[in-house]
Amino acid sequence: MKNDKGILHGRPKDPSALLDIIRDVQGRHGHVPEEAVSGIAAHLGLSKAEVRGAVTFYHFFSLEPRGRSTVYLNDSITSRMKGRAAVAKAFEQEAGCRFGEVSPDGSIGLFPTSCIGMNDQEPSAIIDGVVFTQLTPLKVGHLVRALRAGKPAQVLVDKYRDGANQSDLVRSMVANNIRRRGPVLFGPHEPGAAVRKAVAMTPEAVIEEIKRANLLGRGGAGFPTGLKWDFCRREKNPPHYVVCNADEGEPGTFKDRVILTELSRLVFEGMAVAGYAVGAEEGVLYLRAEYDYLRPLLESVLDGLRRENLLGKSIAGSRFDFDISIKLGGGAYICGEESALLESAQGKRGEPRNRPPFPVQIGYLGQPTTVNNVETLCAAAKIIIHGASWFNSMGSANSSGTKLFSISGDCERPGVYELEFGLTVRELLDIVGAKDAFAVQIGGPSGAMISRRDFGRRVAFEDLPTGGSIMIFGPWRDLFEIIDNFMEFFIEESCGWCTPCRVGNILLKEKLEKIMTGRGTRQDLADLENWGKMIKAMSRCGLGQTSPNPILTSLQNFPELYEAAVSKSRDVLPTFDLAEATLEAARLANRRPALEEVAHE
Amino acid sequence: MSKPVIATASLAGCFGCHMSLLDIDDRILKLVELVEFNKSPIDDIKTFTKPVDIGLIEGGCCNSENVEVLRSFRKNCKVLVSVGECAIMGGLPAMRNGIPIKECLEEAYLNSPTVAPEDRMIPDDEDIPIILDRVYPLHEIVKIDHFLPGCPPSADLIWEALTALVEGRPLNLTYDMIKYD
Amino acid sequence: MSKLRFTIDGKPCTAEPGQTIAEAAKANAVYIPTLCHYEGLPPVGSCRVCTVRSGGRYMASCTQVVTDGMAIENMVPDLEDMRRAIIEMLFVEGNHMCPTCEKSGNCQLQALAYRYQILVPRFPFQFPGRHIEAVAPKILLEHNRCIQCLRCVRSVQTKDGRKVFAQRDRSKKRKIDVDAKLAAGLTDEEVRKAMDICPVGSILMKEIGFAVPIGERKFDREPIGSDIEKGPER
Repeated sequence: MKNDKGILHGRPKDPSALLDIIRDVQGRHGHVPEEAVSGIAAHLGLSKAEVRGAVTFYHFFSLEPRGRSTVYLNDSITSRMKGRAAVAKAFEQEAGCRFGEVSPDGSIGLFPTSCIGMNDQEPSAIIDGVVFTQLTPLKVGHLVRALRAGKPAQVLVDKYRDGANQSDLVRSMVANNIRRRGPVLFGPHEPGAAVRKAVAMTPEAVIEEIKRANLLGRGGAGFPTGLKWDFCRREKNPPHYVVCNADEGEPGTFKDRVILTELSRLVFEGMAVAGYAVGAEEGVLYLRAEYDYLRPLLESVLDGLRRENLLGKSIAGSRFDFDISIKLGGGAYICGEESALLESAQGKRGEPRNRPPFPVQIGYLGQPTTVNNVETLCAAAKIIIHGASWFNSMGSANSSGTKLFSISGDCERPGVYELEFGLTVRELLDIVGAKDAFAVQIGGPSGAMISRRDFGRRVAFEDLPTGGSIMIFGPWRDLFEIIDNFMEFFIEESCGWCTPCRVGNILLKEKLEKIMTGRGTRQDLADLENWGKMIKAMSRCGLGQTSPNPILTSLQNFPELYEAAVSKSRDVLPTFDLAEATLEAARLANRRPALEEVAHE
Repeated sequence: MSKPVIATASLAGCFGCHMSLLDIDDRILKLVELVEFNKSPIDDIKTFTKPVDIGLIEGGCCNSENVEVLRSFRKNCKVLVSVGECAIMGGLPAMRNGIPIKECLEEAYLNSPTVAPEDRMIPDDEDIPIILDRVYPLHEIVKIDHFLPGCPPSADLIWEALTALVEGRPLNLTYDMIKYD
Repeated sequence: MSKLRFTIDGKPCTAEPGQTIAEAAKANAVYIPTLCHYEGLPPVGSCRVCTVRSGGRYMASCTQVVTDGMAIENMVPDLEDMRRAIIEMLFVEGNHMCPTCEKSGNCQLQALAYRYQILVPRFPFQFPGRHIEAVAPKILLEHNRCIQCLRCVRSVQTKDGRKVFAQRDRSKKRKIDVDAKLAAGLTDEEVRKAMDICPVGSILMKEIGFAVPIGERKFDREPIGSDIEKGPER
């Protein structure tokens, strides 16, 4: 392959370039062919098995062709609630293949994908890197015919939406849907103010200010940011790194997408502030592959900051040098876990590391690293400008400041809302127009599913913590279907490294489906609870430690639903059905399937 | 007092577990004193003639007849025991479980080199049991009370289990009794 | 440096600084069941069988380093049941036909199941469709039995650091991939080592098998871990 020699030409023989090379090959050929695997392996000094291992870990890379045009249709529950089934059917009819396949003429490949961060404008899909929102069967027919005729996906975007989505660098039909602007993220911002003020302080003073502000990580885990920076700074061996986690993958979250679209300057300023605080000269923004369409915009903002001397050498006249590069993911929820993200940023499979050591000790390229969420860095920048007291004057007792919420599901006004921490779920539902909500998923599938009984509880780290994903379900929804979708998500996104997460989630889902089909018993409910707790205790990283939550929290908060679905017997009822089990063999032998004996209990 | 009644059957198995039962050597004389056999290939009683206390089943379920026999055992036995790897997890017959039933039947009856061209058909006689889509462990079809692993389970394990069940005491399992091969 | 003091189920133990819980336990004649762990290879914490509890937190003893004053729970009933569940998961996840397996009697997964006296797993068998690969002249790769311990990935490398075995795919599709060309270049001794390092019967050297008669195999008579419980040899 002469072309691929071009891709490899001039690349350093450094395994950390592996993912970037794979991405280029995938982009050029629509897959990573065998010859390319050999070429890459030889170039980087890896085995072919290692190269295939990296390709196959990520959802958007493939060893087999995925069609001249590749459709990734979002499979989140909100997408399903907004008509995904009809849209998927239209895709299949129009393309002439099923999901998971490529059309016989090789022109269209159809694949499902985990939440792409568009839950407020579903059903949505990524087609050849271009996002299409609010799809309908009618639009799908038009799209597939045009793609088949060879039109590039970008020219099929008929309408550019609000804000920077309509800039020349984005030209996207993605809508921001900013419903409520609060004082921290969306308050007035004089560009450069945070960096200029920070470099005039000592790094210790910057950390002290963040500590006093009690800023907790906005990705969901809620670790104190000031403490993290302090730990990182105290590590002796330079260089230190700042990594911005822009890999929001929790189903139902999309607020970082809006921040990156509208407030990327603030994000980068926050990274520079963090860099100054921990003593780093380099920052990396790890961007989820789903948001690749924002990369040209982000690169141009970085260029602007360099021109303004807010990045680069001797920033704002100080002795502080700092610059930022962008690294892309390849489609893997697990890469939102900070150590998995670092592995991926180093060009490897995105599998979590053993902790300890923590990234502040041994992080990016083995060096001390602070990994912070997009929104956290924005808040940090604002705290430096306005002070810790200002930040502390907002929010609840243990959760200072505001939070950006991604609201989706059964409500009148889905979108992003910047609200102070500490409001009740009921207040939140009033604001977004969801008075008849029956169940609310706080913090995405890894969070909690709560019932009306808990709508008086507060959204804050001390009560109901969340990275911002709030999904609302009306009384007409089938909660089992929702929980099942969440379990499917975790099964798909588990890296499979450890036993409980790799195997256990499948067993939980099977058990749930047994109950859904009316074959469950009380013993099955007890099993669900015991197995769920065991998976949480034994799993290696946050994914497995939270993946049983959809089942465990719904068992706790909707017990009547489960009770009504199972037989009162304590014995496990077998799922075996003789007619079903003999159906295929009977068909092949041209016979009647064996009949179930009637009336055996 | 009448003696406890035992029934046994081999489903999709090789009778190896029954052989192992006979392998208890001279203890078999004691067994005959302890229990009475009902439906079993050992005494060739073909149908249940009275309620049974302990049912021992070797082999998994690979066809509709296996399912029928298993269910009749469950109906007629107070305690049902899965004996051996095949009963517990399908065993060697379950090596076909990853293969679609269509491929299995075609390989056996249509494409096998030992099938004469004129004989190439999937048997369709209504009297033949129908093969299941896969081999099922017994406990996926009926409730099973005890499990004795091994291929076959050792005579010592079978003896210990039988005497414990007859005496109504918990099984005393030593390390050497539990083996999967 | 002075030794660290800690306890396992109340028993006073000592450890060298930097020692993992699994290593330190062994040195103190305390058995913590392990499976993916292999002395001399970097730990990965993949099987989770060695999970212990300290201060209410669960941790893999093969990756977690001992800290001074730690009070570790090991052989407590709820933890033992969860370990047992992990072993059962590994059995239902693959196709473990012990009677046909060359490694039977010497298999560490099977040995753990013996030790825990597992008569039947609590989980339904998955019967996945998996394959056997005969990619290299000397190696059989039996995917039905693989438990993703990553021992082969960690240990079998070429002189210039290329991994002969590597992980492929993710989640339930995850499997071990092999670089056929590099595998073909392995010496007999290296292949034998790879087979020995595999805790189950996934990596097999062609043309040998069932070499040791039943009754004389590693775990025929004594449970796995007995050697550790007897204490270090003097």
